[in-house]
Order: sequence, then C-alpha cells, then structure tokens
Amino acid sequence: MSKKTLVEATINGETVEFLCEPRQSLLETLRDVLELTGSKEGCLTGDCGACTVLVDGRPVCSCLMLGVEAQGKNIVTVEGLAINGVLHVLQNKFLEHAALQCGICTPGFLISAKSLLDRNPKPTEHEVRYALAGNLCRCTGYDKIVKAVLDAAADIRSQGEGKAAAR
Amino acid sequence: MSRRVTLNLGFQGNTRDVTVVIPDDEPTPWQWGERLSVVGKPTPRVDGPLKATGAAHYTYDIELPGMLYGAILRSPRPHARIRNIDLSAAEHLDGVRAVLALEDREIRFAGQEVAAVAAISSDLAADALKLIKVDYEKMPFVVDMDRAMADFAPRVFGSGSNVGRTSTSSVGNVARGLEVAANTIEAAYTTAVQTHVCLETHGAVASFNAARDQLTVWCSTQGVFSVRDDLAVYFSLPPDNVRVVCEFLGGGFGSKFGATPEMIVAARLAGATGVPVKVMLPRGDEHRSTGNRPNSEQKVKLGVDRDGKLTAIDLVQRGSGGIGGGAGSAGPFKSIYRCANIRTEERNIYTNAGPASPMRAPGWPQGCFALELAMDEMARKAGIDRLEFRRRNSDNPVRAAEYEIGARAFGWAEKNSSPKSSGAFKRGVGVASAEWHAVGVPGPEAQVIAHRDGAVEVRVGTQDIGTGTRTILAIVAAEELGLPVDRVKSEIGDTRFLFSVPSGGSLSAPSNTPAVRQAAAHLKDKLFRIAAPILGAEPDDLEASDGFIRVRTNPSRSLAFADVCKRIPGDSISAQGERVANYEGFRTDQAGCQFAEVEVDTETGIVRVTHVVAVHDAGRIIDPLMARSQVNGGILMGIGFALFENRRMDPMLGIMVNPTMDDYKLLGSLDVPRIDVTFFEVANGITNTGVMGLGEVAHVASAAAVACAVYDAIGVPVRSLPITPDRVLAALGRA
Repeated sequence: MSKKTLVEATINGETVEFLCEPRQSLLETLRDVLELTGSKEGCLTGDCGACTVLVDGRPVCSCLMLGVEAQGKNIVTVEGLAINGVLHVLQNKFLEHAALQCGICTPGFLISAKSLLDRNPKPTEHEVRYALAGNLCRCTGYDKIVKAVLDAAADIRSQGEGKAAAR
Repeated sequence: MSRRVTLNLGFQGNTRDVTVVIPDDEPTPWQWGERLSVVGKPTPRVDGPLKATGAAHYTYDIELPGMLYGAILRSPRPHARIRNIDLSAAEHLDGVRAVLALEDREIRFAGQEVAAVAAISSDLAADALKLIKVDYEKMPFVVDMDRAMADFAPRVFGSGSNVGRTSTSSVGNVARGLEVAANTIEAAYTTAVQTHVCLETHGAVASFNAARDQLTVWCSTQGVFSVRDDLAVYFSLPPDNVRVVCEFLGGGFGSKFGATPEMIVAARLAGATGVPVKVMLPRGDEHRSTGNRPNSEQKVKLGVDRDGKLTAIDLVQRGSGGIGGGAGSAGPFKSIYRCANIRTEERNIYTNAGPASPMRAPGWPQGCFALELAMDEMARKAGIDRLEFRRRNSDNPVRAAEYEIGARAFGWAEKNSSPKSSGAFKRGVGVASAEWHAVGVPGPEAQVIAHRDGAVEVRVGTQDIGTGTRTILAIVAAEELGLPVDRVKSEIGDTRFLFSVPSGGSLSAPSNTPAVRQAAAHLKDKLFRIAAPILGAEPDDLEASDGFIRVRTNPSRSLAFADVCKRIPGDSISAQGERVANYEGFRTDQAGCQFAEVEVDTETGIVRVTHVVAVHDAGRIIDPLMARSQVNGGILMGIGFALFENRRMDPMLGIMVNPTMDDYKLLGSLDVPRIDVTFFEVANGITNTGVMGLGEVAHVASAAAVACAVYDAIGVPVRSLPITPDRVLAALGRA
C-alpha cells in the first residue's frame, strides 16, 4: 500500500480534509473515503458520465481525476444539489417529467445539467442535448431529461423575474 | 367458494360481455370504462427523490463493517485448458485475504471466470489478480458463426457439433403457398450481437453467518427469489437460510436472472474469509461475460396473392449466442400476420464467445426486423401501400385501431406519399407491428399493512428493475383503499417478503398488481369490520374513498381512514393477497405498432431518426408517466439496435474488440428523435387489474420501423443491422 496524502477541498460547500492514496480516483475518494455514494461508477473510462461532478464549476468525470487533484478545489456532487432537504429545481423537474428510471445515470445528468444552467440560463434544446452528450442512459432515454432541463431553466428564469419584480 | 361475474371488456367501440368465475375473496376485475381515482393518473415515482438526491443505495453503494473487495480473474483466451494455476504470489500480497481458483478447467470464451480474490481494497484486489499465474494450453477456437458451421471448425464443446438441433414449426404447406402466389420475394437478413449495457454492472455483496449457516446476499438482480433458490442449491442450504436483497437495481434488460457467477464468487469469498465481500464487475467484463442478444441470419420467403394477402411465410434462421443458446427469432413470423402457410426453422450455432442471456423480448426484435423489412420489399414489388398491406394481413382488431391512431398522429398519408428530395438528404418513413403476451402469471403474494397512525405499507418480494414497480404497487393499493398515493409505502426487493416472480418477460406489473389489489381488498374488509359498529352499519354496506370509510347509501356517515386505523387494537393490521390464475378475459395477446421517420445523408451514409410514433396496448395503464418512460426506453434501445450497437469479435484473437461504452456505440442525447406515445387502453379482464407489461412490446418493432424507413428513404433495403454508414453507402452503390 502506498502512502496516503492529505487533501483539503471544498465539497458541497464544506471544507473537508481527507486522506487518499495517490492512485485513488476522485470517484473512489468521494465514494469510499467520504461516503458520498451518489456519484455512480458506470465505466471508469469517462464514457458514461454517471460519475460527473462539478470541479470549480466545470463538469468532470470523477473517475478520470485523481483524489489528490482535488486539493484546493471546489467540488459539487449530487448530494450537494438539495439544500436543507429542499430539492433543487432540476431534481424536481426530473421527478415531474419522470426523467429517470433505474436512476444510476441520474446523478451525472443532474450535475451536467446544473453546469449548463449555471453557465447558460437560457439554453436552446440543442444546447441542452449538447451539454448532456457526455451522459449515457439506457432506460428512459433522453427525451424526458431534455424536457426536464428546459423546464427547469424556464422555472429558474421566471423565479428570477419574480424576484426582480418584488424588489 | 367462487362467484360468477359478467365483465364488460374490450376497447372503445368494441366491447363485449365475458362471464368468468372468480374466487369469492377476489375483487371484481376492473372493466371497460370504469372510472378510478388514482389508477391511470400521472403519479411521480415514489422513490424518485431518493434516486435524484443520490440517497438510493444500489448494490454498489452497500458498505458493511469489515467488508472486503472481491475481483475475478478472467481468461484472456477464447478456448484453452488450464494446466495449472499458481495462486501463491497473490496470496502473499499484503492486504489479500483470500484467493480461490474456480473449478472449471476448460475455458470456452475470452472472459470466462478463472480465479477470484478478496482484498482490503478494490485496487489491491486488482493488483492481486495480476499476480495469479495461469498456465493455459491453447486450443483452437471459432468466434464467427459461418466458420463455426464448417465441417473442419474447432469444436466449442469437445463432445458435440457446433450446430445445435434444428427447431422447426409448420402450419399448412409453404411450398404450395409460394407456388400459388402472384408475387414472391426471397432475401436474407442479418442482425448483430447486442449487449445489455445496464448502467449498473452485475455485482453482489455477500455475508456468511457461519454460526447460523445463514447467507445474505445484496445483489443487482431482476429476481431476488430466483437468486435465493439458485444459491440455496449451490451451497446446499435450505432456502430459508438464504436471504437475498435488492433495494435498488440499475437496469437488467434480461441479463440479471438467477445466481450469476459474481454472486457465487462473492458468497464463496465471504465463506472463506468470514467477513462480507463485495464483487462488482468492471464494464469490460459486463460486456464480455454477462449475456447478450444473439446475432441472426434469417432467410425469408414471402408469397402474396393478387389481393395482397400473404400465401406463404418461410423462415430459415440461425443465430449464435456464443456458448449459450436461445438464438431463435421465429416468434414474429408465427404470429404477427395472418397466413395459412407458415414454416420456420431455427438453429443455434455455438461459438467461443460469451453466453447469451434473455434480452428484452428474446428473439423478437431480430425476427420483427427481418419480417417487416421483407413485408416492405413485398409491398413494393406487389405495388401495395405498406400500411394497407399490413392491415390486410392482420386480423387483430386492437392492432387495426392502433394503425389508424398511429397513422394519424404520424401523418403517414402525407409523409409516405411525399416525393423524396433530389438533394443529398433523403427522408423516409416506415411502420412495423409489435406483439407480446404480457399477461403475467400466478404465484406472487402480497401483504398490505395498515398502521395505527394511518400509514399503509405494501410488501411484496418483487424488485424494481427501474420501471416504477414501487410506484404502481402503491397506486393500486391506494386505489383499493380509497387513499391518496402518498399514504402508501411500497417495500420490495427482499426475500423476507412474500414470494414474487422475476422482473422480466414483462411479468412484473401484470403478476404483482393483482396480488396487491387482492391484499388491499382483504385489508379493507378488516377495516370495515372495525368501522361498521361505529358507523352503525354492516361491513358490506361500507366503501372506502377519498381517505374516508363511509356508508354507501348515506355518505355523510363516515370516518376518516386514519381514525379507523386508530382503533386497530395492536400496532398494525395486515392482510395477504394472492395472484390467481388468469381469467378468460378479452384478448391475451398484446398489439402495438410503431412509425419511424429517418433522414439519410446519402453522401456520408449517416442515418438520423427524426420522429417515432408508438401506439401500444398495455391493458389498463396504472401510471402513464412510468408507462411512457418504458416505451421511450424500448424505442431508444431499438434505435441503438438498428443503427449502432454491435459486439465485434476479432476472428484471429477470439476476443471482443469493443468492450467499452464508447467503442460499443450507444445512443446519446443528440441521437434521439421526437417520440410520441399513445396508449390504446383495452379492458382485458385477465386479472383483477387488467394490467399488461410494457417492457418488451415497446421494443419489438422499433428497429424494424427504422430499417423500413431507411429502405423508403434510399429505395434500397439495407438488410443488415446495424445500419452503419458503410452499409448505407454500399447499398447506394448497388442502387
């Protein structure tokens, strides 16, 4: 066994320190060390996107990044989407549109979708499809996922307008 | 103890009365036009929040104290005899707790299990595998179906031929049917091996309690009870000493029935080490070893008379499921279209490749593709509209109605007659017919429990493959008890609950919902007996609706459901229900049809599916949200089968060359067409819920419709799946 390294990172808004082996992927670190099992392993080769997390706001396949590379980074996983038990609008829309079946791909899709909406609050359908092209689903397919993301975007925008009007 | 009831069954404009005898304690089956309160309304998935927050625990997510990580060494050779396995170096690696050589000494495919280890981390387990030295005696192999059939071909099984026994069926006289035909066609169609690619790979966590001789296995399975029975036999344990749990399951599609090798390995390693062991398969192993849909070559002859009626259907088929069987594809030929003369011949060819396992309507998507493309070739030759040709040769009234609905929704008449563009992009449309028989089976039992706080729980030993089983069971219980769905919780995925059947073959919904409805009805009777004296009525005079139990003739006399529960003497009251045998019902078959539109780039050969319309009969729809997801999924897997998916084997090395999720091409979000789904509700009265499964029927016709649309677009049939750009260009070159 190789020597473990101490890493400090912000994960879902909290500063955490953890020990990980140099060869452990970020996905393994999240799941096995930090017990955040929401990020899923589908392939370990960066093809399926089930392990997608945000690293400093950018979507990354956590199976392709080392745990030690998380040093100083700001990481958001699916566990970080709901705040105090209140679901993120994307999560609500996924449920409303029945955009999930077995659910293994869902955390990755949610993170990729969040990354898109953070950057582009008014995506076209094609932009949504493009942003989700790195996530694979074998059950429901993508139609409902795309609709859920577009609907979430519209919701976020109208909330924003509502807030602006209230001011 | 039974009663006779007359049920009004059928569909809009076509109903009839059917008298059936049902057990006394069985609720009367739902009939045509019966208005229900929560059944049929879109209900979001009850376990959705767990899945969408990452809180749902799949097999992969289970961590037990002291748990070890197992890994399996697989043969890199397609055919070999193991002379010797040296485990010593692996055993001496720090952190390794157990190493075992598996008994099979003859390897028949690259990817077969050879040895296994358990270590304190998955990385160490992988390190240990590399230290196992296996001395293979190479043997000749064959992975190509055509070569496997040659006289001099290496034998997959030393003792027998690579060509399995021919399975034939015959109705009427096909030779005569072809003779009298005004038009005939003859063509050969091929399909590639497709793998299941469940997002969650196969895996298990096993724990052996030696003191109690008790084995507990958490696993990714479509059948907790079938796994339990297999493990009980394998380990010579009474079934009661084996508990199998599958709370959440990341897809199966037919590949996860019974105790699969990794479960046995996990259990053996747990037995050897005395602590729990987890074994999850890497993606490559999943592709190579856990099952597939066999390939096929189908030689089809059709004959039609002057009126466009089929006079002959002839199929000579062969397919290879590697070292497994079950490659037949004759199903659709024998039953979708009406014909007096039908002959089919199917043969399994053995090759040195991973074994087949059931995959979403086994044999039917292959058969439907060949049959439907042949139908289009025939229609073109005979000069008949393709939809009209199908109408003339189908005598199923449900499908006839579905053709009309689908054609209207799709705009068939306009799209089919519009001229093809003169440019590089050609549009085309196709239609194909689906069929399945998802009527379910007797066997499952359900328990429904009312707690003193008014909460209701459904317990069944089924599992949710992803389709929404928890949700539909809660809906059915809520309906019977007159409650909103959120008052009912479904507990499934554990052999500690009452028996249920595997979630496959479209069995889950039609087999489990009637047991739950009966159990809920029995529970309702018990609650009525508690409420009756308070309401000053007889139990028979009460009804449950809108969260109240009330006197039917005087609804103002009522008690809230929760208030009745408060009078439960203990903590809870429960009742059981069983799934009884099917009644005669309206129809036992299940029809569907799908229309597809494609755009073919004739310069690159790339095919894009732009629109799919699906019309399906699934009896009574419990939750249209879940049902639609099922259909979408079936279509997408079908488009993948039509255009992309192909397990490729290297004939010189005998290994799969594309065992990833990139090289093995899957549909992505940019490849997905607009999909419109219509459910054609049929009150079939086969069970007390009249529900049919959807998983298979939604997938049967998808690839066929796409292939037919490509033919329409370019005017040349591409008779091999997947329809890759090179095949399209080759077809155009011939044109």
